[in-house]
Amino acid sequence: MTQTAAAVGTDGRTARAARVTTRRNPSQRRAARRQALIGWTFILPFAIVFAVFLIAPLVYAFYLSLFTKGLATGTQFSFFGNYVQAFTDPAFLKGLWFVIRFVVVLIPIQMAVSLAAALVLDAITTRFARFARLTIFLPYAVPAVIGALMWGFLYSPIFGPTEQLASLFGMSAPVLLGPDTVFGSLVNVVTWQWAGYYMIIIYAALQGVDSTIYEAARIDGANAWQLAFRIKVPMVANSLVLILVFALIGTLQFFSEPQILRPIANGSITPDFTPNIYAYSVAFSYAQFNYASAISFALGFVVFLCVFVFLFLTRKRGSVFA
Amino acid sequence: MKKSKLLVAAVTAGGVLAALVGCSPSSGGGGGGGGAVEHATNCTNKLVVKSAPTVTVWAWYPNMAKVVDNFNNAHKDVQVCWRNAGAGGPEYDKFQTAVSANKGAPDVVMLEADHLTNFEIQGALVDISKYGANKVKGNFSAGAWKDVSAGDAVYAAPVDGGPMGMIYRTDIFKKYGITTPPKTWAEYAADAAKVKAAGGPAFGDLGANVPAAMMALEIQKGAQPFVYDYSKNPKDITIKLDDQASKDVLNYWADLSKKGLVGKQDQFTTDYISGVVNGKYATYISAAWAPGYLTGAGVGKGTDKGKFATAPLPQWDPSNPVSVNWGGSAFAVTTQATDKALAAKVALGLYADPASLADGWKTQTIFPLNQKVLQSPEFINAKIDFFGGQTANKDVYVPAENAYKGFTYPPFTVYYYAQLQNQLTAINAGKIDGTGAATALQAQIVKYAKSQGFNVK
Repeated sequence: MTQTAAAVGTDGRTARAARVTTRRNPSQRRAARRQALIGWTFILPFAIVFAVFLIAPLVYAFYLSLFTKGLATGTQFSFFGNYVQAFTDPAFLKGLWFVIRFVVVLIPIQMAVSLAAALVLDAITTRFARFARLTIFLPYAVPAVIGALMWGFLYSPIFGPTEQLASLFGMSAPVLLGPDTVFGSLVNVVTWQWAGYYMIIIYAALQGVDSTIYEAARIDGANAWQLAFRIKVPMVANSLVLILVFALIGTLQFFSEPQILRPIANGSITPDFTPNIYAYSVAFSYAQFNYASAISFALGFVVFLCVFVFLFLTRKRGSVFA
Repeated sequence: MKKSKLLVAAVTAGGVLAALVGCSPSSGGGGGGGGAVEHATNCTNKLVVKSAPTVTVWAWYPNMAKVVDNFNNAHKDVQVCWRNAGAGGPEYDKFQTAVSANKGAPDVVMLEADHLTNFEIQGALVDISKYGANKVKGNFSAGAWKDVSAGDAVYAAPVDGGPMGMIYRTDIFKKYGITTPPKTWAEYAADAAKVKAAGGPAFGDLGANVPAAMMALEIQKGAQPFVYDYSKNPKDITIKLDDQASKDVLNYWADLSKKGLVGKQDQFTTDYISGVVNGKYATYISAAWAPGYLTGAGVGKGTDKGKFATAPLPQWDPSNPVSVNWGGSAFAVTTQATDKALAAKVALGLYADPASLADGWKTQTIFPLNQKVLQSPEFINAKIDFFGGQTANKDVYVPAENAYKGFTYPPFTVYYYAQLQNQLTAINAGKIDGTGAATALQAQIVKYAKSQGFNVK
């Protein structure tokens, strides 16, 4: 965002300069135009890639979403029919409800874990701190797919370590990917995967805080807890908002982990488990690309709405986005 | 100075632009499925006759490399360029995407019989009766031929079948005093209760992720879930998923599941296989290809060697036995093939030579549908290692295949299976009974068929 601000600043200056030159003489006007051209030339490579790989597919997907194609019928223009269908489709709404519940449970846990880890690591300065930092960050370095496969093994009630642990006590292993337990198991996987990354963001922000502020607080008589919650947390509030937005967007588009765990989840993870998985199934298994495009756009709309509402609610503290 | 910089920038940008624009024509040509020479570089196998035209094939038979080499060595006028695009579901997803995109499909594709109609209705498959398919009709049973044809049209060359039987563990049967394998489903349930009462393992498994097997078991009791003829009325379909036979079969399994007499584990998973290895299931209701699959997954080796045997599928009415099929596959020619006659030649000839078929059945990779094999004494009298030397073909699978009459599959198998799987999951979770599941399924599938533009009767 600060980058955009800088760009606007520069543009404004050029524009002003251009206006001044018009009053002066034509040769300077030409120079200004050339300068603008050079500017555009520099962003051209990015603009092309952006247009070809983001804008064009989006426009095409939106175009697709306005049509309906049945197996026994041809393609028909249906305007927003697919969107009406999506927002009344129990499968889509069920998936949406799932990810919303997931956001409500996951994000506070994730925030608490990463904030606690960052505060602790910021407070201690032994060699152990560096080691711990790396260890907490490590799960993020494991690709999501491999992480999910690994957890699939850990969760297995038949051959995983849970089974061995349970058999020590003469019990049968709990089914951790059952219809009632899959929610908590997925919260665990995602927290494990992402808490380290968020911890690093908060930790970096903490490192950027001027240490004289802490000194001043200590002179005023603040203890370690007060220092953490009255000084440090407010100082890194911007990072917290940033993390929340990341987590919100990522979680609403939940896909990889449940998709990987699906074959071993004994049917607990259905083809309409999350909106993204549903869109995937509808497009690539049921051959309804039009409806899948509409689902994707409907999901995008919901994500946009959630992020907008969230940023609106946090607009004072989240100065980064102001 | 400034001018030269501008020039550099313009040239660079122009170069990027050219590179980007340059992408589209070349990728368009490569994905077209037609350009024979381009594809030749992408084969998993080595081409024997490099100058001959190539036909691209997607298939996942484990011994496919040998089969392709056999074909290429025997043909000078055509060469197969083979790729493994995934087994089952993943391949169908890729093929479906290629069909929707209208490019990127191979010339010949391996499909299971239950998925043919799904692609026929999208105009993705070629009727190969025009290209000599009927010449080999005599090599196959009526049921096997019905599975690949719609009326007079033939949409694939059959290779592999899945007549169903009951695989069981002799050690568990012996331990719990079951001297003869159950011949009826009533006996099956009674034996299951007996083993459970004696503290034994689950008798079988109700895997929610094998809806094709459940559909076959429903058909065995007389259900006829779909009436559909693509060649006559592609828009008319009759759906009967909540008839008494379907309800009975679903209730039967729901009851076994509820009482804990059978497992609730999804099949083809590591959990299931480790359960089979550890003797968690006394029987495995499965098809003729199962031994090959189980062997490949490491079952029946070491201390488990020779502990498995097979028996005919239990019946509802032993005086009137019905034979059913699960799985099995065929080669279809896609409409994206440039030379359809050549592709049909490959579809009909690949995996049809004696050497490939022999390798296929001896390794139990396939259960061949070719009558030349089915009637050969070597095949009939083969003593199968996996079954401890039992003549499984003679005892169980050949009679089952010969009695198989063929199914009618819907044009939306993937969707139907996904919904059936959901219902089976709900049954295993104790949330619904068989009757409820059948009723819900009927409503869902009828609604879907209507939304797809079918006239549902």
